[in-house]
Amino acid sequence: MPEVNFKVFRGNSEGGEEVDYKVEVTEGMVVLDAMFQIQQTKAPDLAIRWNCKAAKCGSCSAEINGKPSLMCKTRLDTLDPSKPVTVRPMRAFPIIKDLVTDVSFNYRVNKTIPPFKPKPGTDWKMLQEDVDRAQEFRKCIECFLCQDTCHVLRDHAKHEQFGGPRWLIRAASLEMHPLDVEDRIPMIREKLGIGFCNITKCCTEVCPEEIHITDNAIIPLKERVVDRYYDPIGKLIRIFTGNK
Amino acid sequence: MATVDYETHEHDVLVIGSGGAGLRAAIEASASGLSVGLVCKSLLGKAHTVMAEGGVAAAMGTCDQDDSWQTHFYDTMNGGKMMNSWRMAQLHAQQAADRVRELQEWGALFDRTPSGDFLQRDFGGHQFRRLCHVGDRTGLEMIRTLQDKGVHLGIEVYMECAITRLLKDGDQIAGAFGYFRPDGRFIVFRAKAIILACGGIGRSYKVTSNSWECTGDGHALAYEAGAELLDMEFVQFHPTGMVWPPGVEGLLVTEAVRGEGGKLTNNKGERIMSKYDPDRMELSTRDVVARAIYTEVKEGRGTPHGGCYLDVSYKNPATVIRKLPSMYHQFKELANVDITKQAMEVGPTTHYVMGGVRVNPDTQQSRVPGLFAAGECAGGMHGGNRLGGNSLSDLLVFGRLAGIGAVDFVKGLKKQPSLDQAQVDDAVVEMTAPFEREGAETAYDVHADLQVSMQHNVGIFRTEADLAVGIENIGKLNERAKKVVAKGGRAFNPGWHLTRELKNMLIVSESIALSAQQRKESRASHSRLDYTEFDPEWAKVNSVVHKGPDGKMVIEAVAKDPMPEELTKILAEQKELQPQRELNKKERLAKAAKE
Amino acid sequence: MAEVRNAPGTQPLTPGKAGLGVTQRQDPWWAEWLGTVVGLGILGVYAFVAAEMGKGQWGPYLSPFYSPEFLQLPKLFHVATLPAGIPIALIPLVVILGFRGTCYYYRKAYYRAFFADPAGCAVGEARTDYAGETRWPWLIQNAHRYFMYLATIALIFLWFDTVVAFFPGVGGHSEFGSVNFGLGSFVMLLNVILLSGYTFGCHSLRHLIGGKNDCMSCEPSRLAGWKAASKFNAKHMQWAWASLFWVCATDLYIRLGGLGYLQHVEKWGGWH
Repeated sequence: MPEVNFKVFRGNSEGGEEVDYKVEVTEGMVVLDAMFQIQQTKAPDLAIRWNCKAAKCGSCSAEINGKPSLMCKTRLDTLDPSKPVTVRPMRAFPIIKDLVTDVSFNYRVNKTIPPFKPKPGTDWKMLQEDVDRAQEFRKCIECFLCQDTCHVLRDHAKHEQFGGPRWLIRAASLEMHPLDVEDRIPMIREKLGIGFCNITKCCTEVCPEEIHITDNAIIPLKERVVDRYYDPIGKLIRIFTGNK
Repeated sequence: MATVDYETHEHDVLVIGSGGAGLRAAIEASASGLSVGLVCKSLLGKAHTVMAEGGVAAAMGTCDQDDSWQTHFYDTMNGGKMMNSWRMAQLHAQQAADRVRELQEWGALFDRTPSGDFLQRDFGGHQFRRLCHVGDRTGLEMIRTLQDKGVHLGIEVYMECAITRLLKDGDQIAGAFGYFRPDGRFIVFRAKAIILACGGIGRSYKVTSNSWECTGDGHALAYEAGAELLDMEFVQFHPTGMVWPPGVEGLLVTEAVRGEGGKLTNNKGERIMSKYDPDRMELSTRDVVARAIYTEVKEGRGTPHGGCYLDVSYKNPATVIRKLPSMYHQFKELANVDITKQAMEVGPTTHYVMGGVRVNPDTQQSRVPGLFAAGECAGGMHGGNRLGGNSLSDLLVFGRLAGIGAVDFVKGLKKQPSLDQAQVDDAVVEMTAPFEREGAETAYDVHADLQVSMQHNVGIFRTEADLAVGIENIGKLNERAKKVVAKGGRAFNPGWHLTRELKNMLIVSESIALSAQQRKESRASHSRLDYTEFDPEWAKVNSVVHKGPDGKMVIEAVAKDPMPEELTKILAEQKELQPQRELNKKERLAKAAKE
Repeated sequence: MAEVRNAPGTQPLTPGKAGLGVTQRQDPWWAEWLGTVVGLGILGVYAFVAAEMGKGQWGPYLSPFYSPEFLQLPKLFHVATLPAGIPIALIPLVVILGFRGTCYYYRKAYYRAFFADPAGCAVGEARTDYAGETRWPWLIQNAHRYFMYLATIALIFLWFDTVVAFFPGVGGHSEFGSVNFGLGSFVMLLNVILLSGYTFGCHSLRHLIGGKNDCMSCEPSRLAGWKAASKFNAKHMQWAWASLFWVCATDLYIRLGGLGYLQHVEKWGGWH
């Protein structure tokens, strides 16, 4: 079997470098398999985060040849074997060690989103077409690749003002829940900072679950923010018709 | 060596494991106002529960009105070949529906019927449509719902933290010791009650659907702390794991594929199940289907990569993608197979352990006061074989009961347990020792050898001779495990972590092998080539192992609790109704397959 | 946290400025960027020039940049500006520019193409004062629905112009015959179809028509509208490009015809 050269980032918050490893390629191999091989034969302390190895848990996020990707889902036969393959940690989060980053930021943002609040006295009947939209967002495996690729976090480091695409789709899944009565529009605007998103769609491009993050979640939320804050005529109509 | 720093945290209830059972237990305990800590070996929300695909079994009767807890109870006992704890099976069948509705009230969005109710699907061993589901990502929906519920209740979550030892005050539980994976810093928890919800043991085997986390930590921690392990010989080999490419060998192919009409064939194009279970065909119980595939391959009728074909390509492609989206992507991306056009290749994979910590069925408490267990690491609920869909409901029902049990225990506690410094010091030494040893033995090598031995000697078919070899190998591997070295530092060092997990896997492996050796019959998932029949004598006992005073593992056959009359009556009534119901199911499936 | 040391030529490991175009990506990510720059550049410049060049009209055909025709009426009275001082010829352009400029797809396209914000995914940026759409002038993006209303009105006129192209008498142009199935009529028909497809897929429309509801099944007609809008919305980018290209092509066709370059084509079935 052929060999492929991997350049894997080794280091921590103090610094580090790309280290070359030769990996023997077998049929159907993915980048995560290559990392295991390195771990088992060359570098037992190589830090990688992984769980299911089936693109269902979203743990093994990294940047492969500069692209935010899941290592378990990137087959080597989709990469050019004549060139070295670079594997680096996600950049939007502080590094812990090697390919592992500190993603605790995400858990802090999640805590700020008000939870599901059901309509009082509901009989819990919901039709499939009522849950379809939110179900798409609930496919999210929290790999945080959308957060990693989002330039607002990645390049502008607006972690304090902007929650990132993952938490906008989480908010959307709650806002579009047919029986939810909580109002999250003000916090979506102010705390999650939806205005920082300039809908350049990189989150949608990297999503391994193929969730239409921008078109189906962020833009509809932006429109709901417009309803509330930027649509004087709409507001007038609502006042006169008594509709919410 | 110099004294090693550690930090100390205190909680009334400490839950170890953050899958479905751990989260459900933590929610219940937290709702009572106690201080609750939740320890995750990975990040929150990554536990193996996310891998559960097909659904959660609950006799709601939204699709088949005749369904009832009694039928669910019967199906569960029938699937487990009566080895189940009848009380657990009863509680489970009675409470599962309420637990699923509760999830909905916490925001979960299950698939719907045209009238707006829970949509339920057929599954192996369930006579009615009983599995509430969300496409084929039910586990993800469950864990996300529980996670968000828990986070907003104010549960303290310790992520990427591994527990290596339970601390005791005399007989009673007093806390736990562990380390944080990212930086290797040590941590001591003081706790009045501990709930183990650490999941499965699949990593002891070479071909498994389980993630790296499933190293039997809960089983081993409980065993070391003096609890008993029940019925460990019953390991479920899921019939359909991927067999190719090598990197994903063992990866689960959900039973929902068969639930949606998937046909199993050999390389001659024959429907294999018509030989092994012509009545229930592909939706026979998992043990039967797994053995069927294994036998076909062994007798030379397998596929090029050593499996059987599982085919849904005769169905409408849009239906396949809608009903089985993640299977479609899994095969497309990992194996280059389009399941709407081609058949999948599948073979058995180590999936689930029915055995586990022996607990009181009502409180989930082990024989160690203050130590509780729920979910896969607890034993008894599933008997000899678990039905698909019963594990997600198990997590909810017994996670909650364990939470209640722990709260009651803490509230009734008269004396605050105290920590024993010697135990903490000992735990520190155990963890730092691999760095101080010299030699060439790595945990990776020992682990790989253990997996091969368990796969060959304590696998899907067992014999006295193989088991003897397996047990001997475990002895040798135990010696090697004492010599493994760790290199590098303590910060996120998987090689170091494995040195400790190895010990857990060895304990679990030994308990499986000894229990399998003791049970001289074939029953449910436990198949012996030298004792191929059911034995009524063995039906009366459970296998129980515990740690002997000399540190050696002790195995016993313990008589089962007799079932009360009201339940035997239910079983008899249900049995009479079964033939007609199986016929109905067959018709239903035939109709669905045409869609 | 400590300063991060980097191997030469690699990106920093912490979030923050990487530098314009700095990336580890090896694929030709810049191809999409370049395509957008060139495409939007050429078509944008053409649209602007065409709108300012003077009315494009050829027989019964009216250039979409000069629709509706009554906007030209003041010109008959030798007024080129409305009383408020707004140049009349700019009105259609403002509607087009406003609708497309605040369009969720075009925003992506020009933020990437002309602001490099970012030029490509996981490609570094130069600016440090990013505030997204939270400040002026970018808050104007929130007015997208108002431009959509205007564009919908404009679209009605464009459909009317198309009908006039086929049946010139309807628009008071019976000098070009009662029926005119000329090539230009079909050029204009394709134009309004593409513009309609683009408008029906508008994110604001999709929201207003039904997306704002949480209970979709509670208003079945709005659900149906939302489903239809969603179908167009899924290909909004394709509609955006096709309609932008064709609106320019339509103008060019009519303009060239008006200048006398294309007469023979219309002789085939046209009004001559």
